[in-house]
Amino acid sequence: MFAYLLKRLGLVVPIALAVSAVCFSLVYLAPGDPLSAIVPSDASQELIETLKKEYGLDKPIPVQYAIWLGRASVGDLGTSIATGRPVASEIGKAIGNTLVLAFAATLVGFTLGAVFGTIAGYFNGSWVDKAVSALSVAGVSVPHYWLGMVLVIVFSVILGWLPAMGAGPGGSGEWRWDAEHLKHIILPAITLSVIPTGIITRTVRALVADVLSKEFVTALVAKGLSQAAVFFHVVKNVAPTALAVMGVQLGYLMGGSILVETVFSWPGTGFLLNTAIFQRDIPLLQGTILVLAMFFVALNLIVDIVQTGLDPRIRRA
Amino acid sequence: MSSADLSTRADVPLLQVRELVKRFPLKGGMFQRGGVVHAVDGVSFAVEAGETLGIVGESGCGKSTTARLLMHLISPDDGRVLLEGREVGPSRARNEGGTPGGLTLNELRRRMQMVFQDSFASLNPRLTIETSIAFGPGVHGTPEREANARAQDLLRKVGLDPARFAGRYPHELSGGQRQRVNIARALALEPKIVILDEAVSALDKSVEAQVLNLLLDLKADFGLTYVFISHDLNVVQYVSDRVMVMYLGKIVEIGPVGRIYADAAHPYTRALLSAMPTMDPAHRTAAPPLAGDPPNPIDPPSGCRFRTRCPFAEEVCAAREPPLTATEAGHRVACHMAHAGSGHSKAPPLAAAA
Amino acid sequence: MSAVTIDGGGPVVEAPTKTQGYWTGVARRLRRDKVAMACALVLLLILLAAIFAPLVAPVDPAKGSILKRLMPIGTPGHLLGTDELGRDMLSRLIFGGRLSLMMGIAPVFFALLIGSLLGIVSGFVGGRVNTAIMRTVDVFFAFPSVLLAVAISGALGAGIANAMLALTIVFIPPIARVAESVTTQVRSLDYVEAARASGAGGWTIIRVHILGNVLGPIFVYATSLVSVSMILAAGLSFLGLGTKPPEAEWGLMLNTLRTAIYTQPWVAALPGLMIFAVSISFNLLSDGLRSAMDVQR
Repeated sequence: MFAYLLKRLGLVVPIALAVSAVCFSLVYLAPGDPLSAIVPSDASQELIETLKKEYGLDKPIPVQYAIWLGRASVGDLGTSIATGRPVASEIGKAIGNTLVLAFAATLVGFTLGAVFGTIAGYFNGSWVDKAVSALSVAGVSVPHYWLGMVLVIVFSVILGWLPAMGAGPGGSGEWRWDAEHLKHIILPAITLSVIPTGIITRTVRALVADVLSKEFVTALVAKGLSQAAVFFHVVKNVAPTALAVMGVQLGYLMGGSILVETVFSWPGTGFLLNTAIFQRDIPLLQGTILVLAMFFVALNLIVDIVQTGLDPRIRRA
Repeated sequence: MSSADLSTRADVPLLQVRELVKRFPLKGGMFQRGGVVHAVDGVSFAVEAGETLGIVGESGCGKSTTARLLMHLISPDDGRVLLEGREVGPSRARNEGGTPGGLTLNELRRRMQMVFQDSFASLNPRLTIETSIAFGPGVHGTPEREANARAQDLLRKVGLDPARFAGRYPHELSGGQRQRVNIARALALEPKIVILDEAVSALDKSVEAQVLNLLLDLKADFGLTYVFISHDLNVVQYVSDRVMVMYLGKIVEIGPVGRIYADAAHPYTRALLSAMPTMDPAHRTAAPPLAGDPPNPIDPPSGCRFRTRCPFAEEVCAAREPPLTATEAGHRVACHMAHAGSGHSKAPPLAAAA
Repeated sequence: MSAVTIDGGGPVVEAPTKTQGYWTGVARRLRRDKVAMACALVLLLILLAAIFAPLVAPVDPAKGSILKRLMPIGTPGHLLGTDELGRDMLSRLIFGGRLSLMMGIAPVFFALLIGSLLGIVSGFVGGRVNTAIMRTVDVFFAFPSVLLAVAISGALGAGIANAMLALTIVFIPPIARVAESVTTQVRSLDYVEAARASGAGGWTIIRVHILGNVLGPIFVYATSLVSVSMILAAGLSFLGLGTKPPEAEWGLMLNTLRTAIYTQPWVAALPGLMIFAVSISFNLLSDGLRSAMDVQR
């Protein structure tokens, strides 16, 4: 098992490196000098050269990458061009907010998905099943940024129950699990949870239906096992995969929250990314993408290992 | 259409196999030691024109790998395959006994064909039966109309009315019908020798009998030679002229069907045969003839590979591997008990001198 | 020549000689699927409306008047209201369909071409080539798709072409992976081995035996990606990375109408409704297609 862990970790390293290379090189995709965003067009050549040196842009690209990577691995992601503050601290503030939101959305999604999916799986083939299936298809088909807008229309504009934007009093820095803040998180979390709900519902439904149809369950019931015990069995068999899917969804939400964060002006990494793009703030852009991508890779790795650990078939092989 | 368009030399066996070896390396990893599976380990035999050689053995003994090696669907690590005295291989320089040149793979394909076990997986579900059969000739340059005509002719010969079956798809046929199609396809290239790898094993018994009879009729009509691989001893007895028994990648016994089934020399063969269920209540098997599971093909036992399950195993069996030697004309066995002077307590005494 | 009887013996009921092909069967099953057919109809209507937009739209989508801004649904002359610059919503929605549909479908189409080629070749050749190609593909799987789309699009700069390029890049890896997986499965089937045994060469085998059996599943998978592509494309425009004003496109319209949710909420929500309708229709149609293809076997 330990050997497997090592091997798995070993596989991650080249991927992580490749990911970081992609993150770094993204900014060089665009035509034009990365410097053009901060330099006035009539700047003297001297000024340009000085700036280039300061940002290290005069060195060849692979060297720049190596320097950047070296600094990044100790936590120095450079300085934001727009705000002048260290990129790492900007991201640090924002990622907390995104984590909170993503976590809340995953929790909602997982709970709803598990409940709906289990019900649909138990009543496989009935109208309940079909209704749930229809709902989950709708869930994965809806543009969530639009749904966010609709929810804001209904609950903020028309009903006035919930705030339309922001993370609550205290701005981006301080999050607390209190009523004021919770009011702010409800709409974005529900919006963000729609897609994972759809996916988890589908997954759980398929798994539950599959387990229930297996012969060993029929055999257990024939032996007089109570419904509750059967349910426990179902949960035991479905839980590992469902949890794995949830873990992966969490990763997706972390990386893909930009749209919802924009709708609700939620001060998270997605919002940060948006700002970075429009201000062509290269260090911030590179840093944010890197952190988000690494998070996703790490999460996948954890899910993979936990799943392997839980699955007795693989453990005993 | 003739099956003798190429000069068949009467003095050379149609198919000769010499010391065929195939090893599969295993990826060393978390859950398996790295190692090598000796799937086929030094196998030599010959098949005469017009006969049926049956190959039997348990799962994992190397029969299917041997079949694929003969067909050159996988390439051997060592050893040679000669068809009509010509060696199969890319080099035309090497040859045997003066026959000009070796056999390219393309030429091999025209002479040796194979029928697989899974009748459904053997046919492309998107193609009609006729197209599937005509594919082979088409690849070798036969114009489409002629290939289709040949396909229909073959369908008739395997008992399927072309008017009703040519345009059908595999999923519309029963297992037995599909296997007939597979046989027709194998015959489309007019081969001299057909390898049947568990070709009837997946069929219901009644259907199996019909297909077997079809195979025998076709063999007579087309002058074919068969290599018939199966784990079903009854079927092998029914179709074969000679039988070859394999165990863990080696041949343990080979000889005429009558001799093998009546009085096998190798303890493994005897055990296999005694495991055949019989209808006669007087001959019910009381105890399982073979103990234990087949050993791991990654680490075969030293010396005779069968010794771990053999009731007659002695020291010499672990020390030396028994070679496959003749006991009488046409019958060879790899067992110390059958070889004079091997050192086994049951071996016959050495005949006079040298 | 001995006559050999067919299994079961006895007279067999005459069956028609020319039996249906695989795709005819699929089409037949699909036609019976009411949900899928309804979705196909909806999509067809929207597609036709988009193609014939100049003929179908009541007014010029670019003509607006400040006096008539943000009028509600049902206003005489403007069935679905007007946007923040006084332009007719119905016309803009119809015209918007052109860009939105194109930005959704085109990337998937190109990704299908490139991804299939990569995946099929990789799966057929196997070995080290396969490993090399698939490992490269895996790197892109390390990014959540939204992030990747935004990152590439953001790096390239705003614009329709850049957004479509970004989306194409995002979709190539999943399609390539599916293509490789299916090809590897098919390649190991007996009929491919039988084809090799007949002496056929690599390209012949791919053409005759592999493509026909592989393109189906790949295509179905690609159709399930269209809805994601549409949502992402509109999302990019929503962020300002795709279409630029004053073009009519559903995602961009959602962006510019955002502030209007306080004054004319339901008008502001209309473009998103269109995206939702198209997306869910594609998904249901794709599901129906998958079921129709699955009954085989």
